[in-house]
Amino acid sequence: MSENKCNINAKSTWKELTPGGTIYDAANSEEFHTGDWRSKKPVFHADKCKQCGLCLPVCPDSCIPIVDEAGNRGDFKFDFCKGCGVCAKVCPFGAITME
Amino acid sequence: MSIRERLSGNEAVANAMRQINPDVVAAFPITPSTEVPQYFSTFVNNGSVDTEFVPVESEHSAMSACVGAAAAGGRVMTATSANGLSLMWEILYIASSLRLPIVMSCVNRAVSGPLNIHNDHSDSMGARDSGWIQLYCETNQEAYDNILMANRIAEHLNVQLPVMVCYDGFITSHSIENIELEEDDKVKAFVGEYNPEHYLLNKKEPIAVGPLDLQPYLFEHKFQQAEAMRAAKDVILEVSEEFAKMTGRKYGLFEEYKMEDAEVAIVVLNSTAGTAKHTIDELREKGVKAGLIKPRVFRPFPVTEIAQALKNVKAVAMLDKCDSTNGAAGPLYTEVTSALYTEGIADVKTVNYVYGIGGRDVKSDDIEKVFADLQEIVSTGKVEHPFRYLGLKD
Amino acid sequence: MAYNLKEAMKKPNRLASGHRMCAGCGAPVAINAILRGLKPEDHAVIGAATGCLEVSTFIYPYTAWRDSFVHSAFENAGATVAGAEACYKAMKRKGKLPEDEHTKFIAFGGDGGTYDIGLQSLSGAMERGHDMVYVCYDNGAYMNTGIQRSSATPRFADTTTSPSGKVIPGKQQKRKDLTEVMAGHHLPYIAQTAPYGTFSDITTKAEKAIYTEGACFMNVLAPCPRGWGYETENLMEVCKLAVDTCYWPLYEIIDGRYVVNYKPKNKVPVAEWLKLQKRFKHLFKPGNEWMIEEIQKEVDEKWERLLELEAITNKAE
Repeated sequence: MSENKCNINAKSTWKELTPGGTIYDAANSEEFHTGDWRSKKPVFHADKCKQCGLCLPVCPDSCIPIVDEAGNRGDFKFDFCKGCGVCAKVCPFGAITME
Repeated sequence: MSIRERLSGNEAVANAMRQINPDVVAAFPITPSTEVPQYFSTFVNNGSVDTEFVPVESEHSAMSACVGAAAAGGRVMTATSANGLSLMWEILYIASSLRLPIVMSCVNRAVSGPLNIHNDHSDSMGARDSGWIQLYCETNQEAYDNILMANRIAEHLNVQLPVMVCYDGFITSHSIENIELEEDDKVKAFVGEYNPEHYLLNKKEPIAVGPLDLQPYLFEHKFQQAEAMRAAKDVILEVSEEFAKMTGRKYGLFEEYKMEDAEVAIVVLNSTAGTAKHTIDELREKGVKAGLIKPRVFRPFPVTEIAQALKNVKAVAMLDKCDSTNGAAGPLYTEVTSALYTEGIADVKTVNYVYGIGGRDVKSDDIEKVFADLQEIVSTGKVEHPFRYLGLKD
Repeated sequence: MAYNLKEAMKKPNRLASGHRMCAGCGAPVAINAILRGLKPEDHAVIGAATGCLEVSTFIYPYTAWRDSFVHSAFENAGATVAGAEACYKAMKRKGKLPEDEHTKFIAFGGDGGTYDIGLQSLSGAMERGHDMVYVCYDNGAYMNTGIQRSSATPRFADTTTSPSGKVIPGKQQKRKDLTEVMAGHHLPYIAQTAPYGTFSDITTKAEKAIYTEGACFMNVLAPCPRGWGYETENLMEVCKLAVDTCYWPLYEIIDGRYVVNYKPKNKVPVAEWLKLQKRFKHLFKPGNEWMIEEIQKEVDEKWERLLELEAITNKAE
């Protein structure tokens, strides 16, 4: 289990858990990495990418980062990518391959 | 100065809710609690409260909306009875496990089936292990007073549990009695503002409520809940003491009536206690050392206190307005005998009477019969049939 | 403001990474597209019915929600979020919340929690007119419990409680048309949508639903790779074909007026969509052509009816 800001893990005692199981750190799932689910890995070919943006909304795990003001993408966030391949399939330019 | 009034139990409770002015009331009509949301929606529509009243399409949604509103950060109240409580079942447990301080008036009525709209305790007794604090009321005054205290108990940081205030359908809910109401501003000051630490509507700290809570955590969360229920006992007493200072009306975990030298006693909830007190007075005149214990706080159950209060009697009868249909006794009997045993009190004879099911009248003759039986038990030293029925046509 | 994909994608995803939905699941894609309809400055209280989405996005102690989130039970997302919304109104009225802050209320439920067990709670919340949006992410079966049939399951689909057996070939009943059920609630805004392409349709509709005052409803197609039996990479193709075959028309009902947002020039035969999915595999066995024909007939009839509704409700006064 990964470390988390709220300092709660499977060894926590009853005194350490939050009452009712409420969590006060919104989006702390970003501390839980799902990248090891992956069997195939998307490879980003920046040279072929036209920055059309079609891959951006299709990622179920929000693994395609926006890197500049223009809204252009960078390489994948592999901490979370589960390797589904949806992004590769929608790319009209062959800029993503599954390996 | 208290205000002397004459009100039905439901009207008194609705007035308490008006004085509390909660953020949200979500309720669905069901006899005999219907009047509570009826009166309350009149208060809403006449502008005497600024509560958001949610006239839901079912009790399941009533409790669900209460959960949503309480998680959002509001002071939330509702009312129901019998099958309404049954329909809320799933969400009762969710409300308590999410530690939401919802306050409900549960106007006791027989749970179907067959259908019956009259009073017994099968509804709230069924929910006794749902994680709600349960307060029981003999009179309209007690119903009013307990509602005024309920939010404070529920919201206390050591507690954070929902509270069910139970009073008898028709007998209490619809009968008009003399009552002392407190002034609006005094109630407002007593109940205070509810400022939860964490709540959905706080943009500065978005929270997540109601997780999937797997094996490493659920046990500990349930233990937290159990600890909160244990802590509730002291909180109830503290709040009651403060209430007594304001009103002069004193409440403990249970009421003891003529127990100082009692040899035979009955333990009974709600309105039947009134009948029993009358009978005890008569028996006392005849020299019978009869007494009564009327639990106010059934959850948390005052194990030590109730056992200690009974340790000097020779025989005690627990009157249950609900049959556990466990082939043995009702819940009050089970809890009290368990308390006696836990406290090492083994020489008190115990007997159970299931009575008043589906609104069957209980008269002073019936209570006299119980005391006569208890005296026989004392004289013979034997309890031949511990699981008995009172008022059954057999 | 007109929708622009790259502008929309600059918003941080309000359903964060680290959730545990299956690889290639349509639901998180749809959810994030919906939540991009929120103005960045607005807070949201999001509720979810028990289901895949809930059990994968808030596993103690991790929440994937950037906004406030509440889950209570399977059948009560409508009432739960309605309660939170009622509380917001009361607390605003009492001055307990900052005047310049806005909170929007969104409930998510799968088709199990919406079409079936949660229908009453949904109906009540919508009828009472809470200022909220209920979004059904429709994957056409009870996926969380292991692909059992729901009233949203298409006819003849193979599920674990409507298996394609030797005698009975899959689910026998037509699917419930929930969007039309909601039309009967006379809501100010209802939309049926699917996530695909530039996601303009789904996010634009979400923005309308979120910022239309009153109770609004969205029905969103959210394919399930396990339940439907397609290769995960084909998610967008499955969505697009559902629309191009008119199996899942994109339309809105704005104060009772129907607007069909997309009318394919050439309607793709429904078989093209069916054959991508293992749940319809038995339909392609010799002798079972009639089932595909029945589905096509149903799709055609509903599409024609939708066009008629659009014509009728847009008649000049």
